[in-house]
Amino acid sequence: METERPQRLMHEGLFRSAKRNPDKLALVAEGEELTYAKLAGKAAGLAAYLQRQGLSRGDRCVIFMDNTLACAISIYAVLAAGAVFVVVNPQTKQDKLTYILNDCQARVLITDAHLHRVFLPAVEDSESVQQVICSGDLARLEGSGVVPFEDALLPADQMKVSGTIQKDLAALIYTSGSTGDPKGVMHTHLSMTFVLGSLIEYLRLSAQDRLLLMLPLAFDYGLYQLFMSVQLGATLVMERSFTYPAVIFQRIREYEVTVFPAVPTIYAMLVSMHHREPLCFPSVTRVTNTAAALPAGQIPALKEIFPNALIFKMYGLTECKRVSYLEPELIDLKPGSVGKAIPGTEVCILDEEGNPVAPGEVGILHVRGTHLMLGYWNAPELSARVLIDAHLPGEKLLRTGDWFTMDEDGDLYFKGRSDDIIKTRGEKVSPLEVENVVNTVQGVREVAVIGVEDETLGQAIKCFVVPEQGCDLSIRDVRKVCVEKLENFMVPKYIEIVASLPRTATGKISKKELS
Amino acid sequence: MSSEDKIRKFILENYLFTDDQSELNNDDSFLDQGILDSTGILEIIFFIEDEFGIKIKDDEMVPENLDSVNRIVAFIERKQQE
Repeated sequence: METERPQRLMHEGLFRSAKRNPDKLALVAEGEELTYAKLAGKAAGLAAYLQRQGLSRGDRCVIFMDNTLACAISIYAVLAAGAVFVVVNPQTKQDKLTYILNDCQARVLITDAHLHRVFLPAVEDSESVQQVICSGDLARLEGSGVVPFEDALLPADQMKVSGTIQKDLAALIYTSGSTGDPKGVMHTHLSMTFVLGSLIEYLRLSAQDRLLLMLPLAFDYGLYQLFMSVQLGATLVMERSFTYPAVIFQRIREYEVTVFPAVPTIYAMLVSMHHREPLCFPSVTRVTNTAAALPAGQIPALKEIFPNALIFKMYGLTECKRVSYLEPELIDLKPGSVGKAIPGTEVCILDEEGNPVAPGEVGILHVRGTHLMLGYWNAPELSARVLIDAHLPGEKLLRTGDWFTMDEDGDLYFKGRSDDIIKTRGEKVSPLEVENVVNTVQGVREVAVIGVEDETLGQAIKCFVVPEQGCDLSIRDVRKVCVEKLENFMVPKYIEIVASLPRTATGKISKKELS
Repeated sequence: MSSEDKIRKFILENYLFTDDQSELNNDDSFLDQGILDSTGILEIIFFIEDEFGIKIKDDEMVPENLDSVNRIVAFIERKQQE
């Protein structure tokens, strides 16, 4: 009699689901469907190819693609090969892609042909990339040495066991930080399998669910829709973005989607559209929100749009994937709350010296649990500021840097950030990163970037620019460079040309006076 | 100004921040080229409705109708004939 081994690694979820239910629909993307057997076969085939090409355990593989079947296959293939996957937002421009390729010393880049204007020069500037695998129409890339995706799929049985253990790295998830350069959050198979189980538990998911993915796979919120679905043997309906809402609505109806994960900007758009023409999606039974606060005022309209759904308000950070969730039954009773720690984890609120605060007092949220990152890739000092010594020897506590209070029931309330990171459209934006780009514009002498309150975006990015003496700088000049070098959500909404910037007594720019 | 010119001008000015006509091809997919994203689409829709006096229904907000200059021009023509 064979005993079933416990699952230890992320990709084992795919192969187990495929064994249990090979003909079940696993993924749908742009109308194309893939069963579990096909998905597992292709992932194993690509893994075998990567291994044959010399990709070793722990090597980093950057995946620079939209939410496509090839992207999902690649994520599992890299895991199965024993390597570390790094999904990069397809909106990323050349400089940042080069930075990431070099920072993580990527060995392989898996991408799509339509992104060639960005990846070809980035690969040129990278020291480590040895191979580029590319999906899509490769007509323009003849002679570039790029390997077509279909050619990188060997027979599945050629995949070798990688020897990976739970403590090995599974992913690097790049996130913006105050320092101006993105940092790679290190997650192991351990932290990822643990948090995956916790999410499935509190979201009350099952194999019968049909999840919608329209958030980028580069964002952990989007990524885990894929992981949860595949782990359960459920079905994932993938779209590139919410850009054409009618397409999303059609998919929800066609596949009877049950799980709808989004961020406040999308909910705001849905509510405005609902006021123009009523919307109703009765198949949806779970609606989730994170990345920024969902205004209580939108809940009644969302209940009309999703009449059969439980609405989950959640809070988390890439550094531990998720921190808390509010039981949906409490949504009207605790309108400002993001609830309690996710199953199997703990939180506490400490002051700046690290001591517990009195009940009801504001303090910095700290998180304890197996879901914590290992640290930031190649950034030990930064990691040490965020992962502090916990009570047990060797254990670390995650200092979120966010201000919170806790009520008598233990439910959490977000009060603000202690750093200057801007949250716009649910995305983190480092003011320094934007300032660095604006500084490259001809004729700019000084720049200061701040976040300002915005009804639809949460926060909007506002940029103050001081031109060089005698220079005729226009707002359009500045915006054009921002669009060329930054992801869309990082481009400032407001740009003001000013004569000078307010300063503090010590001569530093006073951002407080700008807001 | 033709519909095509009006639409090109709107996109060049508001999403590409240039008046260099060569930066936008009428066949360029806004999605593929990263010219537009989810907040951008509503702005285009309001512009089209205001400028051309048509009403766009939710189920018409699809790439076939809106994902390039050519497609928008054809879509407007069809709507104006309704």
